[in-house]
Amino acid sequence: MAIISTAGLARTFRTKRGPVDAVRGIDLTVREGEILGFLGPNGAGKTTTLRMLTTLLAPTGGAATVAGCDLATDPAGVRRACGYVAQSGGVDPQITVREELVTQGRLYRLTKTQAAERAGELARDLGLTELLDRKCAALSGGQRRRLDIAMALTHRPEVLFLDEPTTGLDPGSRADLWELVRRLRDEHGTTVFLTTHYLDEADALSDRLVVVDRGVVVAEGTPGALKLEYGGSIDATLQDTFLAITGRSAAPADAAP
Amino acid sequence: MLLHDTALIYGRYLRQSLRSRFALLFGVLMPLLYLLFFGPLLTDLPLGERGSSWQVLVPGLLCQLGLFGASFAGFAIIIEKGQGVVERMRVTPVSRLALLLGRVLREATVFVFQAVLLVLAAMAMGLRAPLAGVLIGFGFVALLTVSLAALSYALAMKLSTPQGFGPAINALTMPSMLLSGLMLPMSLGPAWLDVLSHLMPFRYLVDAVRDAYVGTYATAHMLYGVLVAVGLTAVSVTVGTRVFRTAGA
Repeated sequence: MAIISTAGLARTFRTKRGPVDAVRGIDLTVREGEILGFLGPNGAGKTTTLRMLTTLLAPTGGAATVAGCDLATDPAGVRRACGYVAQSGGVDPQITVREELVTQGRLYRLTKTQAAERAGELARDLGLTELLDRKCAALSGGQRRRLDIAMALTHRPEVLFLDEPTTGLDPGSRADLWELVRRLRDEHGTTVFLTTHYLDEADALSDRLVVVDRGVVVAEGTPGALKLEYGGSIDATLQDTFLAITGRSAAPADAAP
Repeated sequence: MLLHDTALIYGRYLRQSLRSRFALLFGVLMPLLYLLFFGPLLTDLPLGERGSSWQVLVPGLLCQLGLFGASFAGFAIIIEKGQGVVERMRVTPVSRLALLLGRVLREATVFVFQAVLLVLAAMAMGLRAPLAGVLIGFGFVALLTVSLAALSYALAMKLSTPQGFGPAINALTMPSMLLSGLMLPMSLGPAWLDVLSHLMPFRYLVDAVRDAYVGTYATAHMLYGVLVAVGLTAVSVTVGTRVFRTAGA
């Protein structure tokens, strides 16, 4: 069953140099409980698509539903159903981990007691218990990412959007994060929609890949199927497959802000 | 829900202000310096207004405090945008109006704290004004703070280049300060300047606060002051909420 489906989802930015079509028309479906790798060169429209699907940015064309809620008519429903971790994360470095987690719970309309309980639960689940009274600025990169994800999981979302979650992490932290993503799906049935530039990550983690380029979907399928179709063999590297799909080695300058 | 969300956002940012007490005091430094080094120059000058020179100057300095303090409020959101905090909040079901109101109410609280300090210092310098008038003055400038902070946040949300924010605000606040007669009553100037200053909404607030400081409350100045303050607040908060709701790019 499709938990996300989009039809012709598009976003045009008006700039001084004229309109920029960051996303030209994305058609995709994501099945419930799936880990979807959303790939594409810089400026392909990945982040813009994510920001539309999480209600941060209004589409200029097309339609989409997330967890049965229409993006245009029921943004509140979409917000209840999804969690989002942006590339930059989203915590104030001067605030303690506990305060951020509790405030996040309160933003999801939990009572004070519920929010404090949920903060404790999330901290236990994500290995942050000892860090609760530290300022966010004092966390390592991997710990920061776990906190960002904990924040996004506050309301037990059905869909979790992760925008380049492992960028800048050391190999150990990356492995931990992969483990976490798999656990979320296996234990809670959470659908995970993630973008990444690390093709080994996409290969290891994703059930299915969607490759976008210049604002449209150019390929989709399991990593194996894509390798076979575009890389010429099941043993092709995802790197070669990716380059074959996007048809170039270097991407043009970022089109989307 | 709006109340719950506003209180939550307000608490978060008030705690932020309390963590930087130095900045809290620093904000009141400029009007305080005017009070100390500019105020004494006016004591024997004919200002053409009722009351002492302090009753003319202090309302102006309060508006200056509000004008400069609130106009730069947007800087905070430029930083938060970079940290991703704004977007993180905007994907939660939190009320968009609360995201704005919680923040601007913090600005208003900080303003009231600084304004009390300023008025106490002014009393030490020789200001005498009726308590009711002083409180009415706080009310006016709190509304000014709310509207300017809302506009400042809106501008900061829209602006993609933080470098442009400071110069833009400076370019707007300087003429506002000069044309609203914060330092000296505009009625002292030539007719054309007086006419020009009536196009500046803050002038009506300054005039109203000056009336309050000499204890006359049922005046035309007061009526215009209330109308402008309420109108400005309504427009600014509407604009600000729109920006928080749709903020893209």
